[in-house]
Amino acid sequence: MSKPVIATASLAGCFGCHMSFLDIDERILELIELVEFDKSPIDDLKKFTRPVDIGLIEGGCCNAENVEVLRYFRENCRILVSVGECAIMGGLPAMRNLIPLKECLEEAYLNSPTVAPEDRLIPNDEELPLLLNRVYPCHEIVKIDYFLPGCPPSADLIWEALMALIHSQPLKLDYPLIKYD
Amino acid sequence: MPDKIKFTIDGKDCYAEPGQTIYEAAKANGVFIPVLCHYEGLKPVGSCRICSVRANGRWMTSCTQPVTNGMVIENATPEVEAYRKAIIEMLFVEGNHFCPTCEKSGNCELQALAYRYQIMVPQFPYLFPKREIEAFPGFLLEHNRCIQCQRCVRAIQTEDGQKIFALKNRSKDLRINVDLKLAARMTEKEVQKAMDICPVGAILKKEVGFRIPIGKRKYDQKPIGSEVEENK
Amino acid sequence: MDPIRKILQKYKRDRTRLIDILKDIQESEGSITQQAIELVAKHLKISRAEIEGVITFYHFLSDRPLGKYAVYLNNSITSEMAGRQKVAEALEKETGCKFGQTSEDNLVSLFETSCVGMNDQEPAALINGVVFTSLNEEKVRKIVAGMKRGLAAQEMVEEYGDGANGHELVRAMVKNNIRKAGAVIFDEFTPGQAIAQALNKTPEGVIEEIKKANLLGRGGAGFPTGLKWELCRQEKSDQHYVVCNADEGEPGTFKDRVILTERPQMVFEGMAIAGYAVGAHLGILYLRHEYTYLKKYFEYLLQKMREEGILGKNILGRGFDFDIEIKSGAGAYVCGEESALIESAEGKRGEPRDRPPFPVQKGYLDKPTTVNNVETLAASARIMLRGSSWFRTLGTSVSAGTKVLSISGDCQRPGIYEVEFGITVRELLEMAGAQDTLAVQVGGPSGNCISESGFGRKICYSDLATGGSFIIFNRRRDLFAVVRNFLDFFIEESCGWCVPCRAGNVLLKKKFEKIVAGLGTAQDLAELEAWGKIIKSMSRCGLGQTSPNPVLTTLTNFRELYESRINKKADFIPEFDLGQAVMDACQLTGRKFKEESENAR
Ligand SMILES: Cc1cc2nc3c(=O)[nH]c(=O)nc-3n(C[C@H](O)[C@H](O)[C@H](O)COP(=O)(O)O)c2cc1C
Ligand code: SF4
Ligand code: SF4
Ligand code: SF4
Ligand code: FES
Ligand code: FES
Repeated sequence: MSKPVIATASLAGCFGCHMSFLDIDERILELIELVEFDKSPIDDLKKFTRPVDIGLIEGGCCNAENVEVLRYFRENCRILVSVGECAIMGGLPAMRNLIPLKECLEEAYLNSPTVAPEDRLIPNDEELPLLLNRVYPCHEIVKIDYFLPGCPPSADLIWEALMALIHSQPLKLDYPLIKYD
Repeated sequence: MPDKIKFTIDGKDCYAEPGQTIYEAAKANGVFIPVLCHYEGLKPVGSCRICSVRANGRWMTSCTQPVTNGMVIENATPEVEAYRKAIIEMLFVEGNHFCPTCEKSGNCELQALAYRYQIMVPQFPYLFPKREIEAFPGFLLEHNRCIQCQRCVRAIQTEDGQKIFALKNRSKDLRINVDLKLAARMTEKEVQKAMDICPVGAILKKEVGFRIPIGKRKYDQKPIGSEVEENK
Repeated sequence: MDPIRKILQKYKRDRTRLIDILKDIQESEGSITQQAIELVAKHLKISRAEIEGVITFYHFLSDRPLGKYAVYLNNSITSEMAGRQKVAEALEKETGCKFGQTSEDNLVSLFETSCVGMNDQEPAALINGVVFTSLNEEKVRKIVAGMKRGLAAQEMVEEYGDGANGHELVRAMVKNNIRKAGAVIFDEFTPGQAIAQALNKTPEGVIEEIKKANLLGRGGAGFPTGLKWELCRQEKSDQHYVVCNADEGEPGTFKDRVILTERPQMVFEGMAIAGYAVGAHLGILYLRHEYTYLKKYFEYLLQKMREEGILGKNILGRGFDFDIEIKSGAGAYVCGEESALIESAEGKRGEPRDRPPFPVQKGYLDKPTTVNNVETLAASARIMLRGSSWFRTLGTSVSAGTKVLSISGDCQRPGIYEVEFGITVRELLEMAGAQDTLAVQVGGPSGNCISESGFGRKICYSDLATGGSFIIFNRRRDLFAVVRNFLDFFIEESCGWCVPCRAGNVLLKKKFEKIVAGLGTAQDLAELEAWGKIIKSMSRCGLGQTSPNPVLTTLTNFRELYESRINKKADFIPEFDLGQAVMDACQLTGRKFKEESENAR
């Protein structure tokens, strides 16, 4: 049997969850033995090259591109995991959900004292992904199979979860592993 | 023990003093029933419903219901626990709980219960309501995190019984309303008491917060309720 | 500030009169200003925060200035069915004001409000407390023209309804629509005889007679009235109280309105009889704000009763003192719940209490109190007159007597029907002239929505219990619109005290809308049902415990409707719509949205 394939993505996140993933330290060597990586910032692969077993998503969706990437992951991954508060509930980026998009952009690009008068413009470059009216948790957009809370989730939690998924075993959670901060 | 009340919780024989509530009696018998709005010494209000049990087949809140002789209580059954879990999840989606930025994180009773119930994601959609943060002379009121438990309403009053904290509006718009004039006269000790009594990070004394390092906070290592369960 | 001082003086330092004080201030000043709040706070020695809490709890109290005419248009389902939308549009067009707002010239404020107890003559509205019924665009134009000419709301009432509605102290356009008078409530009633009969017995004897009659509470819950009185009597206390529950807020119920209009003295005598039985000397008529147009009339009648010696000190010279006070709410359905009603009668936010203690143990002012429905008290008076054996010849063995039903919705003869218990839904539909009936909502939103297969069921406590609401929907109606209206009602009327009712109902409605929009899966449907059960089980009072019934009972009786909306094959359907979600950004940047740009991949 071939090794399980893993892919990862960072949407509206801070890469904190990816960093935490790398924090599994020397266990990463063990992991490399167990799995292969496909599309991921870790190996810089931009496209899926084969069907993926486990997709790890960091960050929620704050723009149209996030949504497209997330959907692309859903199409290509057998199991999709929301990793971290941002993926699960929008996280800190979702603090903007309490304010209408218009006000957010006007404050940031028009009214803020740090904007020079000549720069007052809401960015409208066609290359920029369009912002969504609010930040969406991933599971409001595609089906998510598992959730790993934390900001970021601890390396131990990510490790335990990966091992459980790879070996198709139930995830056993010691109390200190679940944290929302 | 002639005067003792005998009852069972999940089949376990328990004893209580007359007049004790189910919650108090359970605690005395080393059985944990989660509470949020209840606080020792304050009159129970039965608002959060997390302490619900099935007593003789009927749903009741254990913080308000006196235990009676022969009562058969279902506490940690899958159904009761699932319903409690739903209450916690409702509270998370009803407000805006950005735990990573919260001063109370690690010491928060709502969060601690969510940990105890191993909530990875709420079954309900996040509502992201628009709520305010209000500033008063000695403290902030973070409405995003308030769970309307009314602990502050009951605990903090003036000497002649006037309410400094009161409820305002109704239904989904229910909020805590602070009396500006009376709040201005609160002593530092009273502010501290309000902050300590609030189960979540809604009442914040100014210029404190994030004092205890991660790992050392109240619920970092052991689940809420373990103090009761160790008492068996 | 003088008028406010005067109001405060009138009510002394009686904390229980806070709602009356606030209502008087609002009537005099147009709203309850910060200054007024300050004065009241000082006067009653309570905090401003607490007073603001009371104001913001009640729909008809406002700390923001209102227009000269405050219009509250009923948004209940029967109003909807009778053309509320058109009336609302006409109101907005004629006044230039939007709902929820006050017009710029401060002439008009427009609000929606829950059922005002006029379901047989919808759409109905309250304008400065005056009831306007059977509204249409034409009438709206006339009314708004009257406002512009400065007429008082009462002056715009051109024609009065039948019976006491035309009394000079009432002068309401409300119609009674009594379609069927029965032997208990709407038979002839001569004041003074029922209380006389009661005073011929001992209090225990009265309780015994009511028990033998097997009178069950008519307010919905069906608690045995005799037992309630007995429990109340047995509580040792220096004071006992009787409260008549005239809050009648369950959408589709308007029978108490008609009983109070046509048989007020029978109700008052019933209160006195209850008072005699439990050992009370004061009765409180808790009259819903929407019915305050009857208050002056009642006060006149109470005075008359005192003069005739059938109320007040030493009734009929038999040494029994009993008087009646009228208190009013200010717009909150939950105040019909007996413990919330007591809180409200004490001048507080109408939030239910925890039980135990029950009102019969600790009720009004923490004294033993019996709370009874209008119809229950009227029936007690009749039982005193005709005896329990006679009473039990009516109805069924479990459910003795008659029930006054309020029938509304799709039928030719909406109105009041006093029928014997045991009557079937089908018989009622025939009586009311209903055709092509799809569903009947028995017992209001908190009750049961039944389909044709249930039309053989009986109205009685052991089958279909109802406080009186009976709303008919024909096959052209969209049942989802009905459920939606009811869910909105509960969301609006939840007191908010407890989590499952406050938050749960909002979430339940969201799930419901997802399914109705065709975005539901089998799992969504299962969750809808499961969430409903959680709310039912975990809520604190009867409101929350019945609030998911619109969903749960239609799920039972019209499951196929829901099944046809869901996608059985999909295991996940998002509500998320990318095109919608980027619309704001497109508008702000002037860009167009193209789905699936390749660079994402
Ligand atoms: C939300 C709610 C609203 C209620 N509204 C009314 C009402 O408008 N009128 C009424 O008589 N009972 C109402 N009830 C029932 C009362 O709590 C109480 O049972 C009743 O007044 C007792 O009178 P009875 O025994 O004569 O029926 C309501 C209950 C709930 C939970
Ligand atoms: S109050 Fe508790 S649950 Fe809410 S954000 Fe703070 S720590 Fe999290
Ligand atoms: S501020 Fe805190 S104590 Fe007060 S109601 Fe809100 S959560 Fe409870
Ligand atoms: S069930 Fe609803 S109405 Fe009743 S106490 Fe709870 S929130 Fe208030
Ligand atoms: S990026 Fe990991 S929690 Fe926000
Ligand atoms: S702890 Fe009992 S209801 Fe909140």
